[in-house]
Parts: sequence; C-alpha cells; structure tokens
Amino acid sequence: MKRLIIALPAFNEEKVITSVLQQIKKTIQKLSDLDCEIVVVNDCSTDKTAQIVRQNKVTLLNHKINRGLGGSLATAFVYAQSKKADCLVTMDSDGQHDPQDLLNVINPIINAQVDVVIGTRKLRQMPFDRQIINGASSFLTFLFFGVWCSDTQSGFRAFGKKAINLIQLKTQRMEVSSEFFSEIARSKLVFREVGIKVIYTKYSRSKGQSNLNAFSVLLKLFMRLFR
Amino acid sequence: MDNFLPIQILLFIFLLFAASRVVLRVKEGNISFGFFLFWFSLWILAGFAIINPGSTSFLAKQIGIGRGTDAVIYASLVLLFYLLFRTNVIIENLKHEITKLTTEIAIKEKKEDENTSDN
Repeated sequence: MKRLIIALPAFNEEKVITSVLQQIKKTIQKLSDLDCEIVVVNDCSTDKTAQIVRQNKVTLLNHKINRGLGGSLATAFVYAQSKKADCLVTMDSDGQHDPQDLLNVINPIINAQVDVVIGTRKLRQMPFDRQIINGASSFLTFLFFGVWCSDTQSGFRAFGKKAINLIQLKTQRMEVSSEFFSEIARSKLVFREVGIKVIYTKYSRSKGQSNLNAFSVLLKLFMRLFR
Repeated sequence: MDNFLPIQILLFIFLLFAASRVVLRVKEGNISFGFFLFWFSLWILAGFAIINPGSTSFLAKQIGIGRGTDAVIYASLVLLFYLLFRTNVIIENLKHEITKLTTEIAIKEKKEDENTSDN
C-alpha cells in the first residue's frame, strides 16, 4: 500500500485548524487504497494550535522556535523521508485550499506520471493585488530558474518519492514557494500544473503573504543565485 | 612625524588598533587563518597608503582614476558592499542551520512520543 503524507505548516491557526483537519479527514476516507497520514508542523504557535491538533489525533511536529513557512516545509520533507512516503502533499492550514482537490493533485504522482504537481489557482479567482504579485513572481521565477509555472506561490503541491528525496529546501520564509522551482530545475524533476479551487476569506487573506513582503522575498531569491 | 598631517596620525593609530584586534581574535581562535590573513593584509595595506599617499595616486593613474583618494574611496565602497553581501549570506546559512536543528528536534520528540505511547 502506498504511503501518503499530507503536511500542513501552521502558525497560530487555532480558529480554523479543526475544520481544516476534519475536512481533510473526510476526504481521505475515500482514499482507502492509500496509507494516509496527516501531519501538522506547528511553527512555534503562541496560541492553542498545538493543543487543538493533538485533540484531533493527527501527527504533530512541534518547532521549538519559529522558522517560517520554508522551515516548516523543510521539516515536512525530512519527516516524509524518514517515513519513506511515496507521496507528500503540502496544503495551507488557513482553509484556503479545498481538500476535494486532493485527488486531482495526487493522481499524477500515484500513477507515476510526474515527480511534482503544483495546484494552480486561476488568475481570475485571485484578488487583483495578488494577480499582480503572482504574475511578477512567476516571471521572476522563470527568469532566475528557467521554469515556468502560472502560479508559483501556490501552497497546494504534491511530491513523489524521487522529489521527496532530492528536494533540499534552504530558504526560511515565503521565498520557499519560488525555491521549489529552483529545486525542480536543479534535480531535473518533471512537474505538472493541476487546476485547484481556492477559498479566499478575510481570515485566509490576513494569514497569507503580505504584498509588502514581496520585495524582501525577491531580494532573498536574488541572494540565493550568488551564494 | 612632523611631516604627517593630524588625520594621517589618527587614521594610522586606528589601523594599528584594528590590526591588533585581528591578531587577538586569531590568537583566541575566534577567526580562521584565512580570515586573519585577509583582514591583517587589508589593514597593513591601508596603513601603507596612509603613510605614502603618493602610492595611491600612482595606482589611481594606472587604472584611469584622477586622484589616489578617489581610487581608495571607490575600492572601499566596492569592498564594503561585497562584505555586506557575504555577511548576509553567512546569516542566511546560519538561519538554515538553526532550521535543520529545529527540524531534528521536532522529529526526535515525535519519535520519543511514539516510543512512550508504545510502552
């Protein structure tokens, strides 16, 4: 039986984490031919996120200090490697992603068609400022790493065994979304985009990447090129 | 010393102080030999340029800059920006090391929890 790990990086998500986990649990009940494990990487939340995750009886990986989105995803990768997972899915824990899309995202991996799947949001689904930021990020990612993806900032991704073992994340914060593409290029991984639904709420928008942060992300990406 | 301007004397004293700090740090084992060599040579060169300002003018002419002082300022700025960049890279690498440690602790704790619940 193939092993699937669904990892959710979480920082202060006490308001929504239970509902997100319940929805994912409901969805994976349909995946009876897979050995599924839900993992929450609690990035040193200051609220009751860890406590709530424990109550939901899913795997909890606790960061002692806050390491950002990149750090949390790196932990998810190391855990997936240690568990010899066949597929690792990363999802946002703010309720932005619809677990119903899980099957679409993992299918190309389970059927060994590609190494990485990126769940891409349609441009018109996004608020206007996000369209601009995402468009610029995609262009710069292509410029820096030579890989084109219409939504490089999407947090809904799936990775096959080869990708789990080859991807080495080094960035700490939001720039990790673009770093995946430098890793895809470096390890010559095959990737595919799959359309996903996205649920923007006031809450999820407040939790996401701030527009002002885009410059810092760009600078860090640029620095990576000259390391 | 009569031929030296007060600014030359002040700068030279500061450079002696800076060079002495580099020697102290390498003696304490806080910096590598390569690092010591780089900074010590830099301060010695700067000291030489302060004592013999004419030497910088000679160098400036060779590379097409009018005054020796300008050449020193240009070179210093380039060096400063490069060192700032290197410092940033070192900080990023340190952050990465901290993340690796945080990851290892998180996974180790999870395994310990599993072992405890198994027992």
